Amino acid sequence: MTEAPAAVVEPPVNDVDPFAPEHLTTPEPLHNALREAGPVVRLSRHDVYALARYREVHAALVDWQTFQSAAGVGLANFRHSKPWRPPSLLLEADPPHHDAPRRVLREILAPPALRRLRAAWQPMADDLVDTVLATQGTDFDAFESLAKAFPLRVFPDAVGLGPDGRDNLLPYGNMAFNAFGPANALVQADAHRAADLSAWVNAQCARRALTDDGFGARIWAAADRGDLTHEQAPLVVRSLLTAGVDTTVHGLAATLYALAGHPDEWQRFRERPELARVAFDEAVRWQSPVQTFFRTATTDVEIAGSLIPEGSKILMFLGAANRDPARWNGPDRFDLTRDPSGHVGFGMGIHQCVGQHVARLEAEALLTALARRVERIELAGEPRRHLNNTLRSFAALPVHVRPVS
Amino acid sequence: MVVHNLLPTAPLQQHPSTVTLQVQDKTPVADGVVSLALVHPDGTRLPDWTPGSHIDLILPSGVTRQYSLCGDRWDPYTYRIAVLREDSGRGGSAYVHDQLMPGNLVEVGGPRNHFPLAPAERYLFIAGGIGITPLLPMIHQADVTGADWQLLYGGRNRASMAFLDELAASYGDRVQISPQDECGLLDLEAWLSQPDTGTKVYCCGPGPLLTAVEAACSRWPPYNLRTERFTAKALTEPVHRGPFEVELCRSGRTVTITPDATVLQALRQAGADVLSSCEHGTCGTCLTPVVEGTPDHRDSVLTEHERAANDCMLPCVSRSRSARLVLDL
Repeated sequence: MTEAPAAVVEPPVNDVDPFAPEHLTTPEPLHNALREAGPVVRLSRHDVYALARYREVHAALVDWQTFQSAAGVGLANFRHSKPWRPPSLLLEADPPHHDAPRRVLREILAPPALRRLRAAWQPMADDLVDTVLATQGTDFDAFESLAKAFPLRVFPDAVGLGPDGRDNLLPYGNMAFNAFGPANALVQADAHRAADLSAWVNAQCARRALTDDGFGARIWAAADRGDLTHEQAPLVVRSLLTAGVDTTVHGLAATLYALAGHPDEWQRFRERPELARVAFDEAVRWQSPVQTFFRTATTDVEIAGSLIPEGSKILMFLGAANRDPARWNGPDRFDLTRDPSGHVGFGMGIHQCVGQHVARLEAEALLTALARRVERIELAGEPRRHLNNTLRSFAALPVHVRPVS
Repeated sequence: MVVHNLLPTAPLQQHPSTVTLQVQDKTPVADGVVSLALVHPDGTRLPDWTPGSHIDLILPSGVTRQYSLCGDRWDPYTYRIAVLREDSGRGGSAYVHDQLMPGNLVEVGGPRNHFPLAPAERYLFIAGGIGITPLLPMIHQADVTGADWQLLYGGRNRASMAFLDELAASYGDRVQISPQDECGLLDLEAWLSQPDTGTKVYCCGPGPLLTAVEAACSRWPPYNLRTERFTAKALTEPVHRGPFEVELCRSGRTVTITPDATVLQALRQAGADVLSSCEHGTCGTCLTPVVEGTPDHRDSVLTEHERAANDCMLPCVSRSRSARLVLDL
């Protein structure tokens, strides 16, 4: 940023509702239109500014000083309206309050700390794929049987949850990610059970509800060392439970969808299984499981000549940035020869997904297991989307496989 | 109003393991202490930091010196450090005082934070001399969050103590200045005799001060006292400045890493698939197992314990202390 005066131009205005079902189902046409309209577009329907080009989205993501998160990363502006739950200490916080929770969770979820999980998760992934092939044969729903089943098998244990009520995890995440959008039908559909789901999740964050060897216990141990307060600890556990399940499930589904729909890429991956992490990140770029997040301007800010007034909400289209032809060659192609590094599917800057290494580890285990046992995988029908205001989600992913003979 | 210049930040650039910054300003702030303002020559954002962080200043002689960031993190374009002339040193501070001038370029590594500020109801900050530097941004932060805090600041004499005016103007009574020639040694007993679970004590200064504070806090709960020795543990092993070799043990290839390239860049050129994201040593995406050799860890992800194990590294910023590294790639 500089103080240089620039001619202020009115950004193009569009009255589209990006949270309408047709755009949630197939976001690409809207993304293309927004990117082409200009670096900043005013969305009059929700009175927000939209960024859809990689350059602007990236710049806004890293600039926490100008684009704050503490006023909420959804449409609701916490300066004026009460959040539906106590705000997240990570996602919905700015420095300095953000520092300590972020540091604690980053160390707990850093790659070196995850190495013991790698050894445990690979046999579990192998076992899951074996069981699916043995019980369901060559045609099954890869969303239900793999993308959903595997994280639910490994992640709650890694956090240290008890055995009861785990079926609340996905509905809670679905509700939390819907809440970043407008109060539309998707939000209303869950209103009747919001209190129950929240109560269950909050109860799981207590120390006594957690095993003594998981991520949750390590968060509480950090509080015992004074790196967090004991009041902060349960909210940091809540962040794991909110952000760590649905995102991974739909990220894995996106990867399986991409590989099943691109037989050449599946072959390439089978020949070089070390591409598992690249495949996952390329799928995260290509599908962007987390489609959007908002920021709030802390001051009058000018982007490419357009003025965004202080206090405005800014909607960042991560999915559009991840397919910006100014940044990516052939952006609509799922391509394992591409280096997807730098995609904003996990965000960027101080709020970049703190659990990304856990997600990559889950993906690596599941994809490796699948590549060992399956020679070919292809789509056996149109995938069914589940609509969510923030997450690009699946409801079903029918596949046909040819097991290794 | 701020205007976004939209200059690319880290991930769009080919980042070497260090970044070359420019001295924008150099100001005496006490007897024998200058403060430097460092900016990127292109005006881009500098990597984010948190209070307690330090950067490495890599001087032309090859000497690396660590200095705490003592500026304003809400200004992402400027790092501020304060450097005490240490005549007994190896010439690092003398170079900064005598030769490094506004407009000059200097190589900088980091930032890294081994002295983070943890939340507390109350803070007691204890600074000895130039040890005030990491505490300055902590004090600002404690003030922003509305915590109750006090600063006890000792030094040889007033003229030798940096930032007195800044502290007095901003914080008034919360700051107690105790120059030794006026008040004698800091009366630690008076401040620390009553252990208080709600107070965290942050202390930075010369060794004897830290030892005295540790002794005075012996009855305090564990973890309430947090210290940093501003005379950074001497860099006994020099940072390897010349080229070194990296062997990829799975593929059997060997690449030579020249000073102008990162290990990550060289690995990619050799055809290895190493995923990365921030390319600044902060996100951990490119973590790679090390089979043989000693990495020169320059990231802010690994803990001290993990660094010491030397069994993994972040090739986007880290280099080698040994002539050869073997990576599990």
